[in-house]
Amino acid sequence: MKKMLAEKTVEVNEEGYLLQFAQWDKDIANAIAVEEKVELIDRHWKAIEWIQNEYKNDSPLSIRGIKNSGTLNIKEFYELFPGGPLKKASKIAGIPKPKSCI
Amino acid sequence: MKNLIILGAGTSGTMMANHLVSKLPKNEWKITIVDQYKTHYYQPGFLFLPFDIYKEKDVKKEGKKFIPKGVTYIQKRIEKIVPEENKVQLENETLSYDVLIVATGSKIAPQETEGMKGPKWHKNIFDFYTYEGALALRNKLRSWKGGKLVIHITEMPIKCPVAPLEFAFLADTYFRKKGMRDNVEITYVTPLSGAFTKPKATAALHYLLEEKGIKELIDFNIDRVDYENNKIIDYGDIAVDYDLLVTTPTNMGDDLIKRSGMGDALNFIPTNKATLQSLANENIFVIGDASNIPASKAGSVAHFEAEVLTENIQNYIKGKELKEEFDGHANCFIETGNGKALLIDFNYEQEPVRGNFPFPVVGPLSLLKESKLNHLGKLAFRWIYWNMLIKGISIPFVTAKMTKKGKYITN
Repeated sequence: MKKMLAEKTVEVNEEGYLLQFAQWDKDIANAIAVEEKVELIDRHWKAIEWIQNEYKNDSPLSIRGIKNSGTLNIKEFYELFPGGPLKKASKIAGIPKPKSCI
Repeated sequence: MKNLIILGAGTSGTMMANHLVSKLPKNEWKITIVDQYKTHYYQPGFLFLPFDIYKEKDVKKEGKKFIPKGVTYIQKRIEKIVPEENKVQLENETLSYDVLIVATGSKIAPQETEGMKGPKWHKNIFDFYTYEGALALRNKLRSWKGGKLVIHITEMPIKCPVAPLEFAFLADTYFRKKGMRDNVEITYVTPLSGAFTKPKATAALHYLLEEKGIKELIDFNIDRVDYENNKIIDYGDIAVDYDLLVTTPTNMGDDLIKRSGMGDALNFIPTNKATLQSLANENIFVIGDASNIPASKAGSVAHFEAEVLTENIQNYIKGKELKEEFDGHANCFIETGNGKALLIDFNYEQEPVRGNFPFPVVGPLSLLKESKLNHLGKLAFRWIYWNMLIKGISIPFVTAKMTKKGKYITN
């Protein structure tokens, strides 16, 4: 479905995750963050950049990945994206949410 | 004479031996398979052991019986793969290969979580992904008086991703039949955003949890098990009490992969998801749970991979281009308890949807919908596994490439 974010039309799924990573930009990230009640500061952008790089390398976002990243620690990650950090961080970073087969 | 070596004689390795023995010219190629263990387990059967639905004999056979004549079977521990030299070191001999197929699978790693594999392991903390774990859990359940049963997933990816959910459904039926369901509180704890994570499956199946009174706790990323106080605690400091914890520990590729320096953080080998060739070495191919491809770690996936890989091994040795054919196809029966099951059929692109299988309209199996016939299909699958699947015999009407026929696809 189509959705207006930061005055741009983007394709999202039923849960509001971007369907095309190419449509992501920082304004759109800010708009999603507002909906998720997260105010993006420098540390968020570093996390988002790391998450997007992992995604480009086909490496699914995981707590273990964050632990081993050297960029983030888990406690901080929880503070940055409170209540479902993997889900929220994925959504704001414009990548699909971590999922199982059904 | 050239050498093709297969490492691991589980589901994937055994299938590849059976496929390739008739495909490679015998006067040019010697095929060798290496596995240190004698027993071949029917791993999907581990789900049924704890509930006394299957007995020990239903899930194990001697592995040698399934290795075809014409393939050399070596029962030794594998020490190391040395890709730069095209060599595999075994405990007291070294083999050289022209083509290597790695099929060493994945296994649980409870030691990765603090407190999990401590003094309470297999006392009131169990896995059901190993033969030993499933049997220990069966013995516990036989005399358990009830309390808080917590069914838990540590982190993704895991082998057979729906098995923990099936465990929850079967536990509900098991305790009902024993007349003690009221004494058992079942909670399903997952690091994901739900027991079901895909929109169509959530819409079609969430009623199962409500109907069976199974509580769902989502977004739970375990930090440690407090085995003294019977709690699991996550990184957000949420604690869940249990009397009986049935956990799915972290899954990792074999230590061999780590020793050989070939894996990612979880010892899975970086692999091309369409050709199954390893990314680092062109004469090394990876099949089944050992790879890092984003497909489910399941026998049906390995079965479809085997068909594609058999072609690509032939292409590779003839110097032809590899086919980018593997589409992530998986086809799984999911037990829902009360003698019913679901069937799902999906791939990298297509999420599980409603429909009929394998034929449009007539089925006879229904997709993403509970039925008694699907349950019979799941039970029949054990026979198919031992008699067709690992022997490399194609299953009629079910192709490696997923078909969209018979599926109700709306977008």
